[in-house]
Amino acid sequence: MQFLSYLISGISLGSVYALIALGYTMVYGIAKMLNFAHGDIIMIGSYVIFFAFGSFGLNPILSVVLSMVVCTILGVTIERVAYRPLREAPSLAVLITAIGVSYLLQQVAQLLWSANPKSFQSIVAGVGLQPLVLFDGQLTISAEAIVTILACIVIMVALTAFVNHTVPGHAMLAVSEDRGAAQLMGVNVNGTIALTFAIGSALAAVAGALLCSSYPTLSPTTGAMPGIKAFVAAVFGGIGSIPGAFLGGVLLGVIENLSKAYISTQLSDAIVFLVLIVVLVVKPTGLLGKKVNVKV
Amino acid sequence: MALLEVSNLGIAFGGLQAVSQLDMTIEKGHLYGLIGPNGAGKTTVFNMLTGVYRPTEGNIVLDGKDITGKSPEAISKAGIARTFQNIRLFNEMSVLDNVKVGMHNQVTYGMWTGILRLPAYREKEHEMNRRARNLLKIFDLDEQADLKASQLPYGKQRKLEIARALATNPKLLLLDEPAAGMNPNETEELMQTVRSVRDQFGIAILLIEHDMNFVMGICEEITVLDYGRMIARGDGKAIRNNPKVIAAYLGGD
Repeated sequence: MQFLSYLISGISLGSVYALIALGYTMVYGIAKMLNFAHGDIIMIGSYVIFFAFGSFGLNPILSVVLSMVVCTILGVTIERVAYRPLREAPSLAVLITAIGVSYLLQQVAQLLWSANPKSFQSIVAGVGLQPLVLFDGQLTISAEAIVTILACIVIMVALTAFVNHTVPGHAMLAVSEDRGAAQLMGVNVNGTIALTFAIGSALAAVAGALLCSSYPTLSPTTGAMPGIKAFVAAVFGGIGSIPGAFLGGVLLGVIENLSKAYISTQLSDAIVFLVLIVVLVVKPTGLLGKKVNVKV
Repeated sequence: MALLEVSNLGIAFGGLQAVSQLDMTIEKGHLYGLIGPNGAGKTTVFNMLTGVYRPTEGNIVLDGKDITGKSPEAISKAGIARTFQNIRLFNEMSVLDNVKVGMHNQVTYGMWTGILRLPAYREKEHEMNRRARNLLKIFDLDEQADLKASQLPYGKQRKLEIARALATNPKLLLLDEPAAGMNPNETEELMQTVRSVRDQFGIAILLIEHDMNFVMGICEEITVLDYGRMIARGDGKAIRNNPKVIAAYLGGD
């Protein structure tokens, strides 16, 4: 029973990683860049909810929607201002810029809201959901965990359908395979990349809301570690692959939680990264990554 | 008025003048060839016509509209489509979806319409699928519609590239070495296809090709480039007997 409880909270944590990893993996697949500022968008989104819901008492669901809107605008703006001018630049320049944007967001947040951690009110509890108690109280599943897992599944299904069955989705697939050819077929490449950032950032807002509801402290560096772990999850699952991000995220969350429970809390991150190294040694493209044969 | 008017077109990469002073007129419904030795600048001309390169001099006017230096997607919208010397299909997408990407600029529905599958979405998807399948049929690809593009044999991949280009609804189609790597049978079949595309769609076609039988067999007017300059223009017979062309291909002075 104990194990089941650890497993479920692991899946819930993993679902948050998966949502964040989606942003990494889609942006990488389509724009061929690593957006290291992605984790910090989560942090900004969480502050939006903290103030809207916690301070001004706005409806919790409306607060999340507001946070999604703010994050979408932020993500698209960052892409437009910081990344688009570097579209033809070497990938290292873009990477350094992304790290710069990440620090910029953290520092601005620190300036505006100070480095002191704020205690975040769970939006799930705010909606009035109760924990699920099973087996005569032997197993309690928090409402946060249930909502997180469900939200992740719904978003995965919707996103997969969107990418595979709609015109903008096909444009994303086309740009991810061959940007030049897609452009010559009339696909608006800048628009497609902007849409990718918009979707990734909106998902980051949802991930932030769920993350801070389960782990209720908020500071300007809140997004950094989950961001890095979600990046690991994306690589683990096969970067560029949407199902890979899901699988990688959930596995990572479960491994992290179980090693915290049964091995060592201090070592859990080390174990997570060790697993990543082993996976990459055995399968360098990640679990669901595609092998790309370069023709010579 | 001509469909495409190219005047004094040129491009320099640093100090290297790759193409200079190129004039060209293309009329609706005709087949044109662009030939020349390797490195003569043929693909560079295609890249300027489609917006991949920005010309450093000269003008390109399509259907009365100046498209010089416009972006590839704007030029695609204006009505020029192309294929590539090295096949550049979307390998991981289905044959049908490759063609549908080509229709991208003509179909507009919002993201939410797509996610929620509103009636407008169904209607447009239906229409797109119908058009895409018709195109595939012309190229004898309808039975492979659901395969991944990478699963097609080489000759069919070349055809799919043409089908995808036609899906953009072009006025002018540029084919970059469509017969490259094909056996004589496939080449013969391709000639039929190119002719029938021109007739069915009523569009102009400009093609680069090294297979002289192919070029002489279907092109009504041939332009010969050498070192980025036009050295001859005319029908197949005139080109074959032009001493400058013979010199360019065989060397000598």
